[in-house]
Amino acid sequence: MTNQIEQIQVTTTVNGEKVTALVEPRTNLVDFLRNQMELTGTHVGCEHGVCGACTVRIDGEIVRGCLMLAIQADGLEVVTIEGSDDSGEIADLQKAFHERNALQCGFCTPGMLMAITEMLEKNPDPSRQEIREYLSGNYCRCTGYEAIVDAIETVANTRKGA
Amino acid sequence: MADMIKDHILDRPNSYIGRSVPRPNAKRLLSGRGTFTDDIKLPRMTHVAFLRSHFAHAEIVSIDASAAKESDGVVAVVAGVEMAEVCAPWVGVLSHLEGLKSAPQHALAVKKASWQGEPVVAVVAHTRAQAEDAIELIDIEWKELPVVTDMETALEDDTPVIHPDLGDNLAWRRNLDVGDVDAAFANADHVIEETYISNRHTGVCLETRAILADYNPGEDQLTIYHSTQAPHMMQSLFAKHLDIEEHKVRVICKDVGGSFGIKVHSYPDEYATVALAYMLKRPVKFIADRLESFTSDIHARDHRITTKIAVSNDGIIQAMEIDDLTGIGPYSVYPRTSGIEANQVVNLTGGQYQHENYRAQATVVYQNKSPMCQYRAVGHPILTLITEGIVDDAARAIGMDPLEIRRKNLVPDDAYPHKSASGMPFENLSHQASLEKLVKMMDYDGLRKDQAAAREQGIYRGIGLATFIEVTNPGPAFYGVGGAPISAQDGATMRLDAKGNVIVEIGVTEQGQGAEAVVAQCAATALGVTMDKIKVISGDTDITPYGGGTWGSRAAGIGGEAAVQAGKALRQNIVEVAGIMLQSDPTTLDIRDNNIVDIADGTERMTLAEVGRVCYYRPDTLPKDYQSELVVTRHYVPKQFPFAFTNGVQGCYIEVDTNTGFIEFKKYCVVEDCGTVINPQLVDEQVRGGVIQGLGGALYEECLYSPEGQILNGTMADYLVPMAAEMPDIEVGHIESPTLDSELGAKGAGEAGTGGAPAVVMNAINDALHPLNAKVTVQPFTPERILQALGKI
Repeated sequence: MTNQIEQIQVTTTVNGEKVTALVEPRTNLVDFLRNQMELTGTHVGCEHGVCGACTVRIDGEIVRGCLMLAIQADGLEVVTIEGSDDSGEIADLQKAFHERNALQCGFCTPGMLMAITEMLEKNPDPSRQEIREYLSGNYCRCTGYEAIVDAIETVANTRKGA
Repeated sequence: MADMIKDHILDRPNSYIGRSVPRPNAKRLLSGRGTFTDDIKLPRMTHVAFLRSHFAHAEIVSIDASAAKESDGVVAVVAGVEMAEVCAPWVGVLSHLEGLKSAPQHALAVKKASWQGEPVVAVVAHTRAQAEDAIELIDIEWKELPVVTDMETALEDDTPVIHPDLGDNLAWRRNLDVGDVDAAFANADHVIEETYISNRHTGVCLETRAILADYNPGEDQLTIYHSTQAPHMMQSLFAKHLDIEEHKVRVICKDVGGSFGIKVHSYPDEYATVALAYMLKRPVKFIADRLESFTSDIHARDHRITTKIAVSNDGIIQAMEIDDLTGIGPYSVYPRTSGIEANQVVNLTGGQYQHENYRAQATVVYQNKSPMCQYRAVGHPILTLITEGIVDDAARAIGMDPLEIRRKNLVPDDAYPHKSASGMPFENLSHQASLEKLVKMMDYDGLRKDQAAAREQGIYRGIGLATFIEVTNPGPAFYGVGGAPISAQDGATMRLDAKGNVIVEIGVTEQGQGAEAVVAQCAATALGVTMDKIKVISGDTDITPYGGGTWGSRAAGIGGEAAVQAGKALRQNIVEVAGIMLQSDPTTLDIRDNNIVDIADGTERMTLAEVGRVCYYRPDTLPKDYQSELVVTRHYVPKQFPFAFTNGVQGCYIEVDTNTGFIEFKKYCVVEDCGTVINPQLVDEQVRGGVIQGLGGALYEECLYSPEGQILNGTMADYLVPMAAEMPDIEVGHIESPTLDSELGAKGAGEAGTGGAPAVVMNAINDALHPLNAKVTVQPFTPERILQALGKI
């Protein structure tokens, strides 16, 4: 046999659950999450860190799952769309997206929701142009973005009033 | 069915037609619980990676895969000759594109590779990474061949012929000559000539192409999970080329992460994946990586068109002439061919205008670049660009406002049915009403004043207008008559279950545009139930009625009508048995809000659940000579017209920064006439998403090649697509001219936005730059090209 690659033990917290796994040093975080953790809600789009489909949260900050190695997550806390969905923290965003049809194929949507969650934490009252600029790291080929901007505006306004 | 219910679908009580119902199937996607093909794992699953040609044109002298076969995790290494024993080659021609020729194409290259990215050797391993490791160990001796990249010289005598058996690099040529074009030009007040270029770009689905095939020899069954737009077409093609009976091939299409026409074609690597599963008798998965997408997904829209228009002093268009040259890569793509885009340009250029003298030539040539084929709005972005470009050229030549020349020349709304100069039949369009609605929406006169005021301050703003026609709801004239295994009709099967719920199985497929939601709206309305009672199943060739899938803006118009007819027929069956149970005349009964009611006053007589309970659990209580039927299937195909043409108009207002070449959208409006609007929100979002995709091609997207046929921007960091910050909000309005070819009257809406966007933005840029004597004609209209037009670089 050739090309055998040594695996390294990683201990991380994924969506609140402690996980210890053996991974190849070259394995991207997103491949680890999708293939080993079977968290398939995080998607692979460009593999270059530009499209945002693989966006997850690590220790409170969003990162590109395709630009980070799984072994770099050792000791850190990872939250994926499955975790955000289960906790209910994005329920209002999901509802607004559904009502406004702010998704079509839905491939970009999990990454989009992770990015928007962070944006609204940092800027609870964004203008439409601020929303658009923040979303420039998340590509959507279907909607043309306007419905997404509308849905975010709705949520921001509702949260403000709450 | 002599006593078939006569009531019209648009007159139903509690109708969902015309209501913005949210898509029931969108919630799982919002929770990260969709099922895209790469999300599926099967027992004993393997992964295939492909060694692809690094060269645009090269002979395979020898392949040494011995080290790769010994690499960790490798299951099989297969090259072209071995693959050809299992998977038969194909030729991408259609009989109705007379004279179109192409060479046999294999799943894996045999003898030579003809574009950079053509799959050559397949490596199957336990993981994708292991397969890629093994590819590094394969040693291929290549002999480079001369490369044909420039379509302008592809037919010259000293250019090498890519496929010697074809004799030359000409794939297809079509000529059309209607009226007396020469006389019209000879007698014209003004003749304007211009050359337009649409550069090659591609769809960039965020989910790359994906397929997972499994073969179970115990039941001689191939099961293929495929991110595709046309499951039954793929079933037919895989069966044919692997020589398996069609009913032994099941194609399942779960969630599709964008398709846009990219996933309506058959690809060599996908045949190879299916063949490998068949050979290995175990699951094989292929997920294209992004570089593979850029070099192996179909590209589109690489056209150079010279144009000529004759116009009178008072602005009447007297003749149009176009000469379209397009390079389609080394093969015509199977089975839809790579001639359709140019064919659309010939058929539809100028089709919204009244003129009787029209000459068109299309020349389709081979070259060593990625194959080109149909991508969203097939041909329309090009033909609308040139039509609306030359109409603006004509207006400028005679000093007429672009709005006025359109008002003078558009086919009047009372002229239908109408045939274009090229012979296209139009049932019922609304160019005039749409244009006037747009003029109001965008405040055309107000924008002209603002433009003049801005110019006083050295700010260059421009208005663009682009009227368009769009082919939707295609019948068999599109592909079936040419021999392609593509169903023109679609079916819907509806079943009332024992609890009063309804399952709808439909031949059209979902790619996120909302096909399943629209089908549910049609089915619920026709039957008389609430949306929550309906479950729609699509994308499984073992389950759904045979159908064409989703392309050509056909899902709502054709799938929706099939659901309407199935719903009406099921209602007929249900009120018949309800009449027996209630001892009432069934013609006095209807279904509303999940209940059997009296038509006359809406009095509730019985629930649908009760009908289901009796029919399934207590049929002994029904007459012995009566059998209830709570499952029906109905099909639909447009018969009166070969296609349902739609029309519309886009208008935008932009500002060009003459120092940087950047443009900024100040306003963007669209009026669309897609007949009956089933779900206004979904239609509007198709228009918006379509426009933005069209703006991608107009402003950013271009597959750049070196003279050696090497792609230069094969990543999404280098190939730009529209991002949120630069894109405008878009106001959408509607005129509704239903097609009488169906009861529903819906035409397609998925592509029109894309078709009109390049023209409207080009016209706006040129309107802004006109005082500076600058003009752009080469798409994408990048800052660099704008600055070149201004003579600044």
